[in-house]
Amino acid sequence: MDDLELLESFLAGDREAFAVLVRRYQPVLVQIAKYYVNSTQTAEDVTQDTWIAVLKGAERFEGRASFKTWLFRIVANRARSTGTREKRQIPTDPTDPVAGDRFNSEGMWKEPPVSFGDLLADAEVNATLATTVRAAIAKLPELQRSVVTLRDVEGLSTGEVASVLELSEANVRVILHRARARIREVVEQLAKGGPSWH
Amino acid sequence: MALVMNINCREAVTLIGGFLDGTLARRERRRLEKHVAACDACREYLEQMRAIIAVTGRVGPEDLSDDALEVLMDLYDTYRRDLDESS
Repeated sequence: MDDLELLESFLAGDREAFAVLVRRYQPVLVQIAKYYVNSTQTAEDVTQDTWIAVLKGAERFEGRASFKTWLFRIVANRARSTGTREKRQIPTDPTDPVAGDRFNSEGMWKEPPVSFGDLLADAEVNATLATTVRAAIAKLPELQRSVVTLRDVEGLSTGEVASVLELSEANVRVILHRARARIREVVEQLAKGGPSWH
Repeated sequence: MALVMNINCREAVTLIGGFLDGTLARRERRRLEKHVAACDACREYLEQMRAIIAVTGRVGPEDLSDDALEVLMDLYDTYRRDLDESS
């Protein structure tokens, strides 16, 4: 069932439909809240307020934005108004998404990227790959983790990510590319049979 | 590995983010495309980034603990109860 069908079902009294939405979105809601507040406990409190707002406001959801964008905006607004976090330092330098030591003084690859085409072709390994990617995302700095989660995992547009996280679109792009580059490096280690295999 | 159209691999890798987002200016895009066409390593890098985006889009949500779910389902039960009482 898609989000809108689940929304209609839980409004009609289907408890399990609400549970499906909670399972689908609670982890990312906590992540968005943590982006704005200082503690996990506060973030979880903010997500509870968010679900209450969903329960009370779902009938008024007009479907102009997708349900998930609406949901993410609610949690961001609530976390922002609770947020006590100091203003972040946003990196604006668009250079060097890949470690500089991968290139020589003339800017050519010293050691070219290790192919991981074989990993992608193997269905069994693909499951490991998804686990590796998820673990790599979890280890990213928070800003990168939030951006890549909203953009690539949840599929929001660059503009929507910028709006939820209060960043410029240019910053979203820079941070996103760094996050993707870091995930690629982790998968490259996997292809080499390195420490990320396990 | 090559210096093609006046950009080196390090610069090409920097441009690839914008290329994947479709935000590069036409001239930069063409410079990158020519570089990638002539450079096996950067072509491999570009393909890998596309693959990473695809895999990331399939990882799905993290698992939610039973305890966390229960707390939120209590909210739902309270909401339904209040709704029933007020109707």
